Amino acid sequence: MGQLFAVELIYRGVFQKTLAKNITRGIVLAAHNEGKLGISFGRYGDSPERNGIPAKSFAIVASDGQTLEAGMAQYEPKQVDLTIVLDDTLCKGAESWAWYGLHPVHHALKPGRTLIVVSLQDAAALLKLIHRREEPYKLGMVKGIASFSGMWVYKDDHTDVRILGAIAKALPELVSLQAVEKFIEDKLKNPLKVTSARTAYERLTTTEVKPGQGSAEELAQYTFPKWEDMRLGVSIKGQPQGGPYENPITHEVGGFRPVRNELFKKYTTRSFRPVVNFKTCTKCTLCWLNCPDASFDVTPDGTYDANLEGCCGCGICEAVCPVKDCITMVSESEFHDNDSQWVRFKKDQDAYLKWLEKTIEKREPIEKRSQGFRYRGQYKEQVPEALEIANAEARQGD
Amino acid sequence: MATLTMPVEEKKKTYEQEALITGAEAIAIACKLANVDVVTAYPIRPYDTVMQYMSQLVADGELDCEFIVAEGEHSQFEIVKHASICGARVFCGSSGVGWMYAMEALTVSPALRVPMVCMVGNRALDDPGAFGVEHNDALAVRDLGWLLTWVDSAQEALDTALIAYRVAEDRRMFVPLAISCDGAFLTHSQSLVNIPTAEQVKKFLPKYDRGCLLLHPDNVISVAPQANEDWVMEIRRQNYEVTERACNVIREVYAEFEKTLGRKYGNPFFEEYMTQDAEVVLLGMGTLSTPVRVAVRKLREQGKKVGFVRLRWFRPFAGPEIAKCLERFKAIGVIDRDFSFGSPNLSGVVATEVRSAMYTGAATRPPVLDFICGLGGREVTVPDVEKMTEIIFEAAKGKAQPLTQWIGLRG
Repeated sequence: MGQLFAVELIYRGVFQKTLAKNITRGIVLAAHNEGKLGISFGRYGDSPERNGIPAKSFAIVASDGQTLEAGMAQYEPKQVDLTIVLDDTLCKGAESWAWYGLHPVHHALKPGRTLIVVSLQDAAALLKLIHRREEPYKLGMVKGIASFSGMWVYKDDHTDVRILGAIAKALPELVSLQAVEKFIEDKLKNPLKVTSARTAYERLTTTEVKPGQGSAEELAQYTFPKWEDMRLGVSIKGQPQGGPYENPITHEVGGFRPVRNELFKKYTTRSFRPVVNFKTCTKCTLCWLNCPDASFDVTPDGTYDANLEGCCGCGICEAVCPVKDCITMVSESEFHDNDSQWVRFKKDQDAYLKWLEKTIEKREPIEKRSQGFRYRGQYKEQVPEALEIANAEARQGD
Repeated sequence: MATLTMPVEEKKKTYEQEALITGAEAIAIACKLANVDVVTAYPIRPYDTVMQYMSQLVADGELDCEFIVAEGEHSQFEIVKHASICGARVFCGSSGVGWMYAMEALTVSPALRVPMVCMVGNRALDDPGAFGVEHNDALAVRDLGWLLTWVDSAQEALDTALIAYRVAEDRRMFVPLAISCDGAFLTHSQSLVNIPTAEQVKKFLPKYDRGCLLLHPDNVISVAPQANEDWVMEIRRQNYEVTERACNVIREVYAEFEKTLGRKYGNPFFEEYMTQDAEVVLLGMGTLSTPVRVAVRKLREQGKKVGFVRLRWFRPFAGPEIAKCLERFKAIGVIDRDFSFGSPNLSGVVATEVRSAMYTGAATRPPVLDFICGLGGREVTVPDVEKMTEIIFEAAKGKAQPLTQWIGLRG
């Protein structure tokens, strides 16, 4: 048995599908420059064609064919030498489209190995999101905006080669910087990208994460039923309709909350979440009517509370809300719980409104948000800025 | 338009009576007796005779049901699929390429546990456009979890349709069931049939109760969600369970049928004719039984000890029982009114199944010869059967014979 390496890459469906493929392909082709063999594949059970769903791609590289085959003789690697997270909001964990519990992003990472995250935040902020574990590992930071593009369009902002450069630093046994550079020169034929890869190699910052360090959130577990315990006729139990619910402060009962699927919570599918100003809400119903996931609860007050169990962060509510700043989409990395905003508002209106003001300052203007493709040439315009931010931020980190 | 042979004033009476009717008409009457709720139709020969009789029953006020003429077979089977999930007793059917056009709906019904009862008027698959019988249409679903039965008389068609509802709608089953009737020979020829009374049938056939699988506002479920590789194998295993149980359920229902309606079918899975002291046997499905029985009697007069086994149920295939039945003969000739191009020994479907059953279930290894015969509705003649028997006797004497032969072919 020769040397075997496995890399797990966690990305957001649709938005990072092409990027993920480019990176795992790049790993294999760069390693091939040093005589290694490899394969690159996406997890088939994921649904990379669904907006924002956490999905996975893998690269398996080996020193020889038989070792590679041994590494391939499983659906996906159970233990990996490197995990890459392409969007820092995914640090809250990944669960596939077919929900079977929340997996920490480092669930397959071997002890002592590196978890690389693309983020503008620092390691301390990310460790508030990443679950704690018993084995130590390294947290590698590639400073940059999470690169999102569309189903049919790709934003070529060098994230692919920056990740490859960072890999060469974190795991040189897998692939050397020279091999990465040669791959870029031969296949991508872009000298600027060679520079980007080298810069990322030089500027990868790594933090040792000790056992027990990280978020204490309990992981939702799921056990698959046996065939004889499953319902017949490919049928699943539907949800009851739901009904009024209680204001936990005044115990007043009212409003309407639909019953939601206990097993499918959309926490990790979001990269943004709506933040609601219950004071300026005019109860016009538009958010509630237009939400494709019925994620708004009608509160006993008649306002609308975005229930984060059901919200996938699409932003339609913000787009249809006629009141200025009543619904604002803010990056998921700003939040550390999924509690009801309305309950917090009811507990302490002033504190909530202060928090709201502070929180919505952190929003990005719609046209700057990485999700979605609004006009032809938009991505091209965003590339220089993305590169500049990445380099400037990296310099701050020096 | 053919008419029911019962005089109009007698139609509404519920006494048992004898009528001269076709196989298709017999099935229509069985549906009336079973009081079906939803019937879907789309014309294609020879199935469309049943559609014609059903619509007449509805028009005459004898049957109160939704009769829907769909815009094609795919919708035809989709509509009954949904109706059945909503608790309706359903009937539909098709023939040849019409059946194949419905294939997507046919493939999903077993996993969704839809007890739809259908008539397949067996017809050659186009091209060439042909109306005559061939069994490849119904056989196309043989691996998917459908129950498949072949009948050879209008009487058996009527009885089997009643049995079919009870089998398919049994809680242990809930799977689709197709009754195959040979095009022309059965769908279009009239013979005398005893029709049971509605009271008798009511006693035999309980109400369709889908229980917790019922799609209804009071039982909120979602049917057929998307699933990934973590679920499909378990769902297939559930259908495997049904096929494991199928033989026992069928046996029970035939016993119940005999008790309630009086007609005795003996072994539900196959019917033996003059096999007791036979040295060799022929085996086949459907209406070719008529020339075969005539030939067997003729050959018996000449002192040739030949018998005939008519297979009634193809799915489930009662493998161990069939093997036990056949192991006592010196040679076996299977008559396939179908083809399975490229199969082992280039034989037809039935011969391949029989050989497979005997390999594991029989104590002896008699030669199993296959005769491809009667394709596209070609007549299976008495001399054809005599010829086949001759070949089987040669094999029984130990003279090697080709494993597959085409009988009745020009050239």
